Amino acid sequence: MKKITARPYSLRDIPFHYCPGCMHGIAHRLVAEVIDELGIHGRTIGISSVGCSVFAKHYFNVDMIQAAHGRAPSIATGVKRVLPDRVLFTYQGDGDLAAIGIGDFIHTAYRGEKITTIFINNTVYGMTGGQMAPTTLIGQVTKTTPFGRSVEINGNPIRVCELIASVEGVAYVERVSLHNPKEIIKAKKAIRKAFEMQLNGIGFSLVEALSACPTNLGLSPLEAVKWMEEKMIPFYPLGVYKSPAGGGLSA
Amino acid sequence: MAKVTFWEERCKGCQLCTTACPKKIITMASNINEMGYHVASVTEQKKCTGCGLCVIICPDMVIEVERGREN
Ligand SMILES: Cc1ncc(C[n+]2csc(CCOP(=O)(O)OP(=O)(O)O)c2C)c(N)n1
Ligand code: SF4
Ligand SMILES: [Mg+2]
Repeated sequence: MKKITARPYSLRDIPFHYCPGCMHGIAHRLVAEVIDELGIHGRTIGISSVGCSVFAKHYFNVDMIQAAHGRAPSIATGVKRVLPDRVLFTYQGDGDLAAIGIGDFIHTAYRGEKITTIFINNTVYGMTGGQMAPTTLIGQVTKTTPFGRSVEINGNPIRVCELIASVEGVAYVERVSLHNPKEIIKAKKAIRKAFEMQLNGIGFSLVEALSACPTNLGLSPLEAVKWMEEKMIPFYPLGVYKSPAGGGLSA
Repeated sequence: MAKVTFWEERCKGCQLCTTACPKKIITMASNINEMGYHVASVTEQKKCTGCGLCVIICPDMVIEVERGREN
């Protein structure tokens, strides 16, 4: 009998601390599978960020550096410039990348650093208890928007892929979702492409993965999946936002 | 011929696998594990086609699927 086992070599065999139904675990596995399949295990260095995935440094079975909040792309830049033959990825949440770290992120993209960013958009600050993030949807209730996010008071949500798709130094941008097996398979392909852009020396690559934080949405994992389908994906359309071959939206 | 098994100690009872299974044979067991979660289980093993979609969605790598011939 052929075994379909889940654990890639590039993930250590330790249980994840993530909440039930949290999709950080799925994203970790996909990144690790791609590292295995590309045969880059021995020369990959990951930079974990601050957020629930702060412990990614324990889970990935590759060299990892834990960056201060929002600084992962800058750390990755430094390592890549000193060791250009290594494969660098950052793993960042929406609070980390789009709030405190948006400056580091945008400049890294503009400089066209040859690194890969895996960006987990779950619309909240998960780790600190569900405060509003730059990606929180209009009307979404969070700890700091008890009456729902309003454009007048809180401003508009940041669509990160759209924001950097026009930047020259950027090679590849795709938004994927982790809410069902079909989309997870697509997400893995996107992550693979993003790493390939780096391996081919083309430029900065980003994969934004829509993800659920059931705990802070106050929903069960299955309700959170529904919420993603009904509310999140319509606001954050999936597809390729930039690729070297050209590329508008490919639904 | 296919077989699905769950690593019960690691299951957090999120139920995502129940939505992924095209045959709808994954249900939540009445027993709970040490962490206090109802674990996923399969009642009609024979209906499993070995597609592995439950493996793909499980965030905690709890599921193993075997398919093909015995031995
Ligand atoms: C300099 C600094 N400011 C604030 C914090 C508090 N803090 C910890 S995690 C976090 C937000 C994390 O949210 P996100 O990046 O979306 O990750 P998630 O937990 O949702 O995966 C904040 C503000 C901190 N640790 N360091
Ligand atoms: S708080 Fe949210 S993001 Fe953090 S582990 Fe729990 S579900 Fe995941
Ligand atoms: Mg977040």
